[in-house]
Amino acid sequence: MKQLVALRVNGELHEVYVPVHKTLLEVLREDLGLTGTKHGCELGECGTCTVLVDGEPILSCLTLPVEVQGRDIITVEGLATQGVPHPLQVAFAELNAAQCGYCTPGMLMSAKALLDRNPDPAPDEVREALAGNLCRCTGYVKIVDAVRLAARRQQGDLGAVVEEIERALNEGVVREPGS
Amino acid sequence: MPTNGYDDRKNRSNLGSHLKQETSVVGRPLMKVDAMSKVTGQAIYADDIHLPRMAYARLLPSTQPHARIVRVETSKAEALPGVLAVITGRDLPIKYGILPVSQDETALAVDKVRFVGEPVAAVAAVDEETAERALELIEVEYDPLKPIMSIEEALEDTEVRIQEYGHGGNIHKMVSLQFGDVEAGFAEADYVREDLFFYQGNNHLAMEEHSAVAHYSPDGKLTLWSATQTPHYVHRALAKVLELPPSRIRVIACHPGGGFGGKSDPFHHEICAAKLAMLTGRPVKITLTREEVFYAHRGRHPVLMWVKTGVKKTGEITAMHFRSMLDGGAYGSYGVATTYYTGALQTVTYKIPRYKFEGLRVFTNKPPCGPKRGHGTPQPRFALEVHLDKICEEMGWDPAEWRQQQACEPFSLTANHLRITTIGLKECIEKVVAASGFREKFRKLPYGRGVGLACSAYLSGANLPIYWNDMPHSGAMVKVDRGGGVTVYCGSTDIGQGSNSVLAYVVAEVLGVRPQDVAVVTADTDLTPVDLGSYSSRVTVMTGNAAIEAAQNVRELLFQAAADELGTTSDQLDAAGGRIFRRDDPGVGLPFAKVAQLAEARFGTLAAVGSFTPPKTPGRYKGAGVGPSPSYSYTACVVEVDVDPETGWVRVPTVWIAHDIGRALNPILVEGQAEGSVYMGLGEALMEEQVFRRNLHKIPSMLDYKSPTFLETPDIETILVETNDPHGPFGAKEAGQGPLLPVPPALCNAIYDAVGVRIDELPVTPDKILKALERKAKGQDPRVGPTRMPHVEWVEPIYVEPPDLRHDPSLMPATKPT
Ligand code: FES
Ligand code: FES
Repeated sequence: MKQLVALRVNGELHEVYVPVHKTLLEVLREDLGLTGTKHGCELGECGTCTVLVDGEPILSCLTLPVEVQGRDIITVEGLATQGVPHPLQVAFAELNAAQCGYCTPGMLMSAKALLDRNPDPAPDEVREALAGNLCRCTGYVKIVDAVRLAARRQQGDLGAVVEEIERALNEGVVREPGS
Repeated sequence: MPTNGYDDRKNRSNLGSHLKQETSVVGRPLMKVDAMSKVTGQAIYADDIHLPRMAYARLLPSTQPHARIVRVETSKAEALPGVLAVITGRDLPIKYGILPVSQDETALAVDKVRFVGEPVAAVAAVDEETAERALELIEVEYDPLKPIMSIEEALEDTEVRIQEYGHGGNIHKMVSLQFGDVEAGFAEADYVREDLFFYQGNNHLAMEEHSAVAHYSPDGKLTLWSATQTPHYVHRALAKVLELPPSRIRVIACHPGGGFGGKSDPFHHEICAAKLAMLTGRPVKITLTREEVFYAHRGRHPVLMWVKTGVKKTGEITAMHFRSMLDGGAYGSYGVATTYYTGALQTVTYKIPRYKFEGLRVFTNKPPCGPKRGHGTPQPRFALEVHLDKICEEMGWDPAEWRQQQACEPFSLTANHLRITTIGLKECIEKVVAASGFREKFRKLPYGRGVGLACSAYLSGANLPIYWNDMPHSGAMVKVDRGGGVTVYCGSTDIGQGSNSVLAYVVAEVLGVRPQDVAVVTADTDLTPVDLGSYSSRVTVMTGNAAIEAAQNVRELLFQAAADELGTTSDQLDAAGGRIFRRDDPGVGLPFAKVAQLAEARFGTLAAVGSFTPPKTPGRYKGAGVGPSPSYSYTACVVEVDVDPETGWVRVPTVWIAHDIGRALNPILVEGQAEGSVYMGLGEALMEEQVFRRNLHKIPSMLDYKSPTFLETPDIETILVETNDPHGPFGAKEAGQGPLLPVPPALCNAIYDAVGVRIDELPVTPDKILKALERKAKGQDPRVGPTRMPHVEWVEPIYVEPPDLRHDPSLMPATKPT
C-alpha cells in the first residue's frame, strides 16, 4: 500500500508517493536522492542515519515519513547556509575528524543539535551527546576536538570560510591551544 | 606559514632520501584533499550509486552450518512478478580465493554449505522487497553433516572434513620453521618460562555495510563499483569466475566506509551482482545487511598460543619457541598468510638469537576469518608482551628499561632473516614512559589502579606480492596540463587513511606546486596503473615512492625546458612555490604553468610514470614470503586502568602511544591512525568478540556486538617519533596498523598492576576479572586463560641458520638517487 507524504527537507517541500512502511532513511536516499545520509544497521543501533527533525536528532532508519510530515527535516545536505559550510563541517574537515567519512553526516547532525542548545560544550558533554553515534575510524578524539573548535568559531561569510578552507588545504590547519 | 601548533623543525629531513632537505608540503598538518566532500555528504560510497533501470539483488543464506545441498528449487521464485533472475551455485561453479594456494570459494555454494549465512542463491528483482520475497520462495533441501565449531573439534575429528584439501583432516595449513638451536638456547638460559594465551576472534565492524553495483553494457563491458580495498584482486577474480577477458572488466573502488581489512577479499556479492547484471542486462545493486556483514566476516582469527622463552640473568634472551593454532572458519581467505604472520614479527622488536615457530590453521563451520588491522600479528604480540611482562616481574626487571636494553639494532638482520632498517623503539619507550609518568606509577598506584607497558612492530607493506609475479607492486602516472594543473593516477584505494592526500602531497612537493593544484584519480582499473591494494600497511610507502618517481620523471622534462630559458642546466634548478627557478639565484625563475607550456611545446604531451618494487628479501627459505618489508614501524604504549574489584569492570582513563612513523608526511593524519588503532585495540581487548552458540553466530547485530562508544574511549595521547627511513617516501613508514598491536597487552599488564591478576585470554570481560580475583582470594593461581594446547604431531621444521645479529652497516640501503 502506498501513500502520499509531504516532507519539508532542508527547507524544500517534497511530495512523495511511497509504500507505508518505507523508512525516512530510504525515502531520503532513494526517493529524494539525498544520499548524504548513511546507514550502518537499519535497526537503530549505530547512529549513522541521524537527521534533525525540528532541531532534534532522530534515527531516520526507525522513522516513518508520515510521522514527520510537515516538520522541519535537516540532513547533511542542508547544513550549509547559501553555500557557506557550517563551522562544524569545516572543523571536521580541518582536524581530520572524518577519516572514511561514513559516520560523519550522522555525527554532524548530532553535533549540530548539541551546539544549538549548548554553544560551548565541555568535552564530556560532547561525548555524552554523541554517544549514540558510532565511529570505527577516528577513536573519537578528533571528533571531540572538532566539535569544540566549531563551537569557538563564529559562522563566517562565504569569502572568509573559503579562505579558511584554502589555507587548511595548502598550509596547514590551525590547532588552537586546548583544541 | 601560520602558527599551527606544529614545530617547524618537523619540516626538515636529515636523511632526505628524496632530494629536498626542506619541504614545503611534506610534514605539514594539512586538511585532506577530499575532506570537504566527506563533510558535506558529497563523497560517493557504493550504496549511493543509483543508475537508470537499476535492479536490486539479495542473497539466500544457508541455514545449516555444515550440510550437503541435495536440491535447490528456484521455479517459484522465478515466477514471482518483478523477479528478473535467480542464480545458484551451478551458475558460478569456478572457484576463486584471494590466495593462489587456497582457491576454495564459489560465489554461491555448489554442493555443500560450510557455515550458517553462506550464500546459496541470489535473486535480482525490480526492488529489494520483491527480491526478498523471492528468497522466501526458494526451497533448499539439505543433508546435514556434523558441524565442527572449535579448534579442538577440528583437530579431533579427522573423519568429517570441511574442505577436501589442506594438510589433512581439518588442518588447513601447518608450518614449522626453526632458526638456530633453540634447545641449546634454553639450556644456557638462567630462567625459562612457558605461557598459554587465547585471543578471541572479532569483526572489523566497518560502519558501511559492503555494497556493489554492477553494470554490463551492450558492448560487452562489465563495470563494477564496489566498497573494496583491493580493486585489482576483485578485477582478477571477476575475470576468472565470469570467464571474461580482464580487458572487458572495469572495477572502480568507491570510497569504502571503513575497511580495516574487511573489504580486502573478492566477495560473493560482488561476483553475484556482476553475473546478475550480465543475465538481466540491467545495472544491479547489492548491499549487505549488517547481519550479512558478520557472515562475510574475514575478521580476526581466534588464536590459541603457547610461548616459551629463555633469558639470562643479565637480561639477554637466549631462545624463543612460539606455537599458534588458528581457527580459520570455513574457507582459506588470507589464512595461510595469517598463519605465517602469527610467527613472523616476534623477532623484530627485541634481540632473539634463536627462534622456532610452529603454527597451524584449522577449518571450522564458521564464517571465514581473514585479515583485520594487524593481520595475524596482534594475537602473538598480545601473548609475547604479557609473557615478557611476567618474565620481567619474575626476574625483578623494570619492564621499560629491559625492553630498551633488548631492543633490536638499526640496520640489522633478525634470526629469521628479516631486515630491520631504522628502529625508533628505544625512543618510543622513553617518550611514552615520560609522558605517562610510568615510573612514578608502576607498582605504586593504590589497589584497583594500574599502568601497563607494551611494545610492537609492524611492516610497511609486504615485500612479496599475493600472487607470484615480477612486476611492480605499485604504479603511478603524473600528467601535467598546459594550464599548470597536475593529475596523479594510481590504483590505490583511500579507505579513510588519507592515501589520496598522500599522493597529492608527494607530487606537489616534488613539482613545487600546492596540493590543491594536484588532481587525484585512484582505484579504477581502466584509468589507473595497478596498485595491489590497501592492505598490509603498504600504501604510503609503495604508492608514495611510485608517485615520487613519476613526478621526478615529469619534472625532468620541465627542468630541461626551463633550463634553456633560464640560462642554466636542468640539474641547477629547483621547484617550489609554483615556480621553477635557479638554485643559485632563486629570483631567476618561471611560473610553473609557463614551464609546462615550454615543455609541452618541446616534448609533446607531458606525462610520466613511476613504479615501486620492494627491495629484495634476504631470506631465501620456504616461509620467507611473510614478514619481510621495506621497513618496520615501532610502537610503545602505556595504558592506565581503573579496575573495580567488586564488579570486575575495567575503565581506561588514558592511553599514551608513541609511534616511530619514520617521517610524518602529515602529522594530523598519522595521529588519526594512531588514535583509531588505540580505540580498535581497546575494543578487542575489552569487549569485541565474534562468538557462536549452538552452531549459530551469537550476536550478528551491532546492538549485541559490543564496541566502544565515545563514553568507553579514553583520552589518547599520541607522540610521533621520526627516524627518517631510507626506504620511505621522504622517510615515512606505516601508521595504519602498528599502533593497534601493543594496546591489548598493555591493558592486561595494567590490570595485573592494578589488582594482581593475569587475564591471558581476550577479551577481558568483567566476569573473567571476577573469576581471577576469586581464585586469588582462594590462594589459587590468580589467572584466567587457556590451560592446555591440544596435542598435534608437528611437521619437521625447516631449519635455517640465523645470520649474524650484530649491527651491519653493509645492510644500510643506498640512498635513492634523486
Ligand atoms: S542505520 Fe544504524 S541507527 Fe539507523
Ligand atoms: S570516520 Fe569512518 S566510521 Fe567514522
